[in-house]
Amino acid sequence: MTAVKSSPPAPPEVAPRKSRTLVREVIIVGVIAAVFAFLLPAILGAAGQGVRINQLGRFISLAIAALGIDLIWGYTGMLSLGHGIFFTLGGYAFAMYLQLQLPAGQIPDFFTLYGVTELPFFWKPFYSFPFTLVAIVAIPTIIAAVIGYLVFRNRIRGVYFSILTQAALIVFFNFFNGQQKLINGTNGFKTDSAPLFGAPVSDPKLQTLFYVLSVLFLVGGYALCRWLTSGRLGRLLVAIRDDEPRVRFSGYDPTGYKVFVFAVSAGLAGIAGALFTVQSGIITPKSMDIAFSIEMVIWVAVGGRATLVGAVLGTILVNFAKTLLSEQYPEYWLFFQGALFLLVVTVLPNGILGWLQSDGLLWLRTLGRPQKVSTYPSLEEDIDVKYEQQNLRD
Amino acid sequence: MSSKILEIENLTVSFDGFKAINNLNFSMDEGELRVVIGPNGAGKTTFMDIITGKTKPTEGTVTFKGRNLRPYKEYQIARMGIGRKFQTPRVYQKLTPRQNLELSCAQHKNVFSSLLGRSAPGERRTVGGLLETVGLVAKADIPAELLSHGEKQRLEIGMLVAQSPDLLLVDEPVAGLTDEETENVGSLLLALAESHSIMVIEHDMEFVRQIAKKVTVLHQGSVLCEGTMDEVQNDPRVIEVYLGHQEDE
Amino acid sequence: MSGLLDGLFNGISIGAVLLLAALGLAIVFGLMGVINMAHGELIMLGAYTTFVVQNIFKPLGAPWSDFYIFFALVAAFIVAALVGVLLERTVVRYLYGRPLETLLATWGVSLILQQFIRSVSPQFVVGVGLFCALYFGAIAIISRRPDFERIRNWAIAIMVPISVAIALTASNVLGQSFKLGFTRPWFGTQGVDVTAPKWLRGGLAIGDSQLPYTRLFIIALTIVCLLGIYWFLNKTNWGLRIRSVTQNRTMSACLGIPTQKVDAITFAIGSGLAGIAGCAVALLGSVSSNTGQAYIVDTFMVVVIGGVGKLIGSIMAAGAIGILSYVIGSNAIGPLFDSMPFVKSIFEFFATASMAKVVVFALIVVFLQFRPAGLFPQKGRTVEA
Repeated sequence: MTAVKSSPPAPPEVAPRKSRTLVREVIIVGVIAAVFAFLLPAILGAAGQGVRINQLGRFISLAIAALGIDLIWGYTGMLSLGHGIFFTLGGYAFAMYLQLQLPAGQIPDFFTLYGVTELPFFWKPFYSFPFTLVAIVAIPTIIAAVIGYLVFRNRIRGVYFSILTQAALIVFFNFFNGQQKLINGTNGFKTDSAPLFGAPVSDPKLQTLFYVLSVLFLVGGYALCRWLTSGRLGRLLVAIRDDEPRVRFSGYDPTGYKVFVFAVSAGLAGIAGALFTVQSGIITPKSMDIAFSIEMVIWVAVGGRATLVGAVLGTILVNFAKTLLSEQYPEYWLFFQGALFLLVVTVLPNGILGWLQSDGLLWLRTLGRPQKVSTYPSLEEDIDVKYEQQNLRD
Repeated sequence: MSSKILEIENLTVSFDGFKAINNLNFSMDEGELRVVIGPNGAGKTTFMDIITGKTKPTEGTVTFKGRNLRPYKEYQIARMGIGRKFQTPRVYQKLTPRQNLELSCAQHKNVFSSLLGRSAPGERRTVGGLLETVGLVAKADIPAELLSHGEKQRLEIGMLVAQSPDLLLVDEPVAGLTDEETENVGSLLLALAESHSIMVIEHDMEFVRQIAKKVTVLHQGSVLCEGTMDEVQNDPRVIEVYLGHQEDE
Repeated sequence: MSGLLDGLFNGISIGAVLLLAALGLAIVFGLMGVINMAHGELIMLGAYTTFVVQNIFKPLGAPWSDFYIFFALVAAFIVAALVGVLLERTVVRYLYGRPLETLLATWGVSLILQQFIRSVSPQFVVGVGLFCALYFGAIAIISRRPDFERIRNWAIAIMVPISVAIALTASNVLGQSFKLGFTRPWFGTQGVDVTAPKWLRGGLAIGDSQLPYTRLFIIALTIVCLLGIYWFLNKTNWGLRIRSVTQNRTMSACLGIPTQKVDAITFAIGSGLAGIAGCAVALLGSVSSNTGQAYIVDTFMVVVIGGVGKLIGSIMAAGAIGILSYVIGSNAIGPLFDSMPFVKSIFEFFATASMAKVVVFALIVVFLQFRPAGLFPQKGRTVEA
């Protein structure tokens, strides 16, 4: 390597350019969010497609969970098949608060079915609205941190981690499903008729509020993940994904980092669960079945993992496809979904966005026309050559 | 005693009864450049695994700067000042060389300082200097997966130095390199040896002769002999197990 | 005393089914590092094969209908093995070295298999057959052209919709002209029942407890399968090759072992074992398209606990999980604590099959704190290289 001595100078500090792109990104995200939050409902409402607004709101809240999945799978390489736990916990936390919106002294109806006369102790804090808001995030986060710590501490990773999260999911499902006397078992909670801020949850005004809130939380979640993945922490996550043992020999303890992102993504799933619950009107242990948690992963995979925009895009696309297809041909949805898993993994491993980034845009631009063939692409991309080209021109 | 940076006493490691390291005694002075050679299966890499905490010894002690390493984990040992370069270059493929070095260089290696801390100007200067030392300035901002094998080797040595360790463990640094690159790495190591203690594992005898002052020969998990290159080369036992074996091939 | 015997027997018989189901999974995982999420569906296919074989043999009369189960075992093995090989050749082999992606892809396959069992009907078979014939036929013809590589993507993009359209139209037209006889699913969403042959009904009376013959049969079946696998892996040429690829794939390839064939054979055997497990499952109760789902997580746990590459690990793990689930689920310990009502109430709280799973999982997590790599971890410096 003779280039050592004659190497070009290091590029100047990129800080000013960085801040400019950041400003541009903030503006773009803000505009898109505003369109989704205010313009789109008006348009859809005018077109008589009011149902779609509610659907979109639910998908947007699912996208919050997808961001969390992307954070741990796309960036850190941990495939969780148990995020339904955290989603459901968030949903239950909010639903329990809503169940308790009763005249003083009464307890929710279902308790009487099972002969329970006194409110179980763990329900009591859910009388408080602030506590509920905290619990929606905190309970999933804490549980994820505990599970994560116990698993990561022992260097259980890869497939083993995925299987254990799935087992944890089954355990939580069994627990929620089996405990009628504590949390109404299989039936879960209906939230539609429960009052909130003086109106039933299904009231159009409240639903609009939840819709806007979903958009805002999605933007917030995006900003959070963007912040986490862009700095040194983000690079360390990628390092852990690519070569975890090596990270240890560089003097980092991966356990802490993995527990941290796992907990953050669980918190996001909790928020998603709460918002999804109030917009769909019900939460049951069914949202902890195996299929739903794996579905979350496929949203991210379709959009493109390790791209946050991809996670959001994939969620909304796949879910709309699901709604349309299962409205028309309910029996074919599973075939379609199965094929989607196969296709994404084998043909589009980087998802739609990854494909666009790598060669999709080029393909679209030259659609139908013969493509330019470059004989020595490696030479043209070589940084030394580029540098010389620039300097010669000066 | 304080001049010894690394001391290993009666070390034994067994995997299901197979003794990869057998009653090994070894010590290194502060500031020394030591080369460890030995035929395949002599236990060289296991030896490094033990020092860096990847494998725990079945018996015996490893003492680094007067501290017994047994209770510490890999990352703690790394923070104490032992850096390791692997046999095949292990750099973070999706990160650029600059980011690779920055990660190794960071002073505070816990979650919240990674999240909130910005890289100090001092660190940035160190990284810039290191990029120059390992000759990767021109390729500082492309993903490391695009680097050639030799460049990755140098990058990993750079990452090692960025950790500012007191003891560098370097496993086969010139495997798969051209002669010219080998010489480059050799002089890089010699330059580093002025301020660090270094232990090198190597097969390439030409290279060993270039850098070695003192050589340790491992055989079947124990030290066979120790001395200067000439002494070692003329030792009949070494010729029998190692060099003689090589001539057969 | 009889309670203890009961518990042990029931535990072992639960463990035997688990082991049978997990054995194939463990072998494939040990060799290729691939967790096959569709393993449960292969079990289900085995169970449905048993059902079909039973229905074929029933009209044949006495000697045949009594021994259909042995034919069913063979048929289940073959069906599951064929599906397994198909899965390996068309999907899994492109994903080696990417275990998490394999997980997702095989999950996709499991969804397809579930829906397949629900909606397979003459109409469906005709439709799929027509599509395959049209599409693969067309591709085969086009691939003779010299410029195939260039137009390949276009060919696929054009042929898929055309074939789908023709197949859909044809099967719909046929469905309308032949009505229900043609469109009615063979199995449907309802469960189907396999009745055990006469000689497997009833049970062996020991003291005042009764050991059902079906369970004894399953335990015997498990032992036979274990011995068979042990013999195959340790005494045959292919077994030797499988073991060598398990330990070092690259080196084996260099020594001229056809690793692709080894992969396919391993997958076939692993899947075939799932088919046999399906037979056993069918004897225990009603079978539906969700049957596989009920087993996968438990079998995964057996693999996690047992560690990779040792049969004995899987055996002990399956036994332990089986016995624990039964003992906790049937509240066998609770009565021992009559003097301590609080402890007793805790045991009662967990005394259902589903709550027992909660406890077993908690115990597994605790166990992994001490033995993170399972019961029999691999040692040496190649681990986590």
